[in-house]
Amino acid sequence: MSDKILMKGNEAIAEAAIIAGCRHYFGYPITPQTEIAAYMAKKMPKIGGTFLQAESEIAAINMVYGVASAGKRVMTSSSSPGVSLKGEGLSYLAGSDLPSLIVNVQRGGPGLGGIQPSQSDYFQSTRGGGHGDYHMIVLAPASVQEMAELTVKGFELADTYRMTSMILADGTMGQMMEPVNLDLDVKPAHEKPWATTGTQMAREHNIVNSLSLVPEELEELNFKRYDRYKVIEENETMFEEYKVEDADIVLAAFGIAARVSKNAVDEARKMGIKAGLIRPITLWPFPKAPFKAAAEHAKAFISVELNMGQMIEDVILATESKCPVTLCNRAGGMIPDPKQVLNSIIEVNGGMK
Amino acid sequence: MAVVFDKPHALIDVPLHYCPGCTHGIVHRLVAEVIDELGIEGKTIGIAPVGCSVMAYNYFNCDMIEAAHGRAPAVATGVKRADPENHIVFTYQGDGDLASIGMAETVHAAARNENITVIFINNAIYGMTGGQMAPTSLVGQVTQTSPYGRDPKACGYPIKVCEMLSELVGPEYLERVTVNNVKNIRAAKKAIKKAFQNQIDGKGFSLVEVVSSCPTNWGMTPKQALDWIDSDMLPYYPLGVYKDRSAEQKEAE
Repeated sequence: MSDKILMKGNEAIAEAAIIAGCRHYFGYPITPQTEIAAYMAKKMPKIGGTFLQAESEIAAINMVYGVASAGKRVMTSSSSPGVSLKGEGLSYLAGSDLPSLIVNVQRGGPGLGGIQPSQSDYFQSTRGGGHGDYHMIVLAPASVQEMAELTVKGFELADTYRMTSMILADGTMGQMMEPVNLDLDVKPAHEKPWATTGTQMAREHNIVNSLSLVPEELEELNFKRYDRYKVIEENETMFEEYKVEDADIVLAAFGIAARVSKNAVDEARKMGIKAGLIRPITLWPFPKAPFKAAAEHAKAFISVELNMGQMIEDVILATESKCPVTLCNRAGGMIPDPKQVLNSIIEVNGGMK
Repeated sequence: MAVVFDKPHALIDVPLHYCPGCTHGIVHRLVAEVIDELGIEGKTIGIAPVGCSVMAYNYFNCDMIEAAHGRAPAVATGVKRADPENHIVFTYQGDGDLASIGMAETVHAAARNENITVIFINNAIYGMTGGQMAPTSLVGQVTQTSPYGRDPKACGYPIKVCEMLSELVGPEYLERVTVNNVKNIRAAKKAIKKAFQNQIDGKGFSLVEVVSSCPTNWGMTPKQALDWIDSDMLPYYPLGVYKDRSAEQKEAE
């Protein structure tokens, strides 16, 4: 068994990225994720990698676009307002089918908002983040260990499907310290014959491009991209179930909200209320199947979120409106405590026939 | 029979989409000739902008990337840093792309002395979208969005990119050229070649501003447009070397 190291979530992401073979990081300071940049600034020069503090989030994401075009593993990280600035680049990465890893350690919004933890970029992330028809693979860690593991997974999925993976964490995940096992399983990188690395006068020129002026052709590109998304939905959906099997009341929560919810489930069980939890690990693709299955026996769902109710829409869709779905939330940087979630369970339980 | 004149290998043999009299074709050819002469086509990656030359990726034989509007220097930074020893990277950008929406990327790539080559086409207008005011449109110039002539009280003054960047410590080489006659075309090629050679030599950020024509959106014949460069553009945008660090250092020695 490998030794565990006590690390901050942000540092775990940075170290896991290096372990995954990422040697190019471009960032811009913003709380609460700046530790990632600081870690990369220290490490990259020592291992022959690139750390560059870009002039803006916009420049950083376009530097990512450049390295990704050249076929190398590359990442950037930011927090909510900075990710909005990256939106243009995210769309171009999608349009050019380029793999990359983007980290969003969310803080409360809108606008400049605050610097405390939030999950209020759920809509933005799971619906692509920029203009146009596209998705990113969105991964939601709920521990420092998962911050590391999903970073490696994110790079692999990005390379496999030629798209952006996003780690959607929150300020808690970024800042908290937990023991981490960094003995991570990294699969060998894919060949990238499409990359712009110079023809060496040995092949036709490669073009990385998102412009397509003939509508029939652009439509075809969109169709093909969504065919690929279907494969991802079938093969890459990840979630955790906790005491769902016989549950009457099923909580839906990801990230820090899932940890709080787990406690509330245990407390409810002690009181004789059959509660359970589905924790989506991929927010896109959203794990529809466990929700659909749970809706066959559950009487109600509660979506526990650090926002004004965003994932709840996907829960309603996934449960096909077979059960009532209510929201238990805090916003603006506040986190619901287990008691609030328990009260929500009791309330929903009392309201049941 | 000896071939005395041919299309450069680095330029793909397809019809260009540019308007009659547009100077993009000349500058494309100069860049391609330089790539051929330096023997770097196999390791060159070009970055196309958004604007009239957006489809430059269809014209150059080297690997090509199409960047978001104004972001070419940031994309070029990524490509260069991905493999600094083996990548020769150039951007090809217009005035709206480089000096308006992408000004931050331009200035900071220059400030970092990023080892890339920037070809900057200044024709004082947004061509692709149909002739709107550019950051380099002259005072009084009539465009679709300055129908009464550019009024400096409302829209300020045209930006002199070479002069502005020359105040930075960072960049290696800045020169303004034009392509409105044979003599000037030869001088432009020399500058472009130097801008690529600097990158090969690891000297850093080299930008060549090419004062260019847009007969279509200037509302002129090709000949009138080339004359207007002499009569109106060059007095405001004087040709010359605005920075050449290596030459300055040599002189100082």
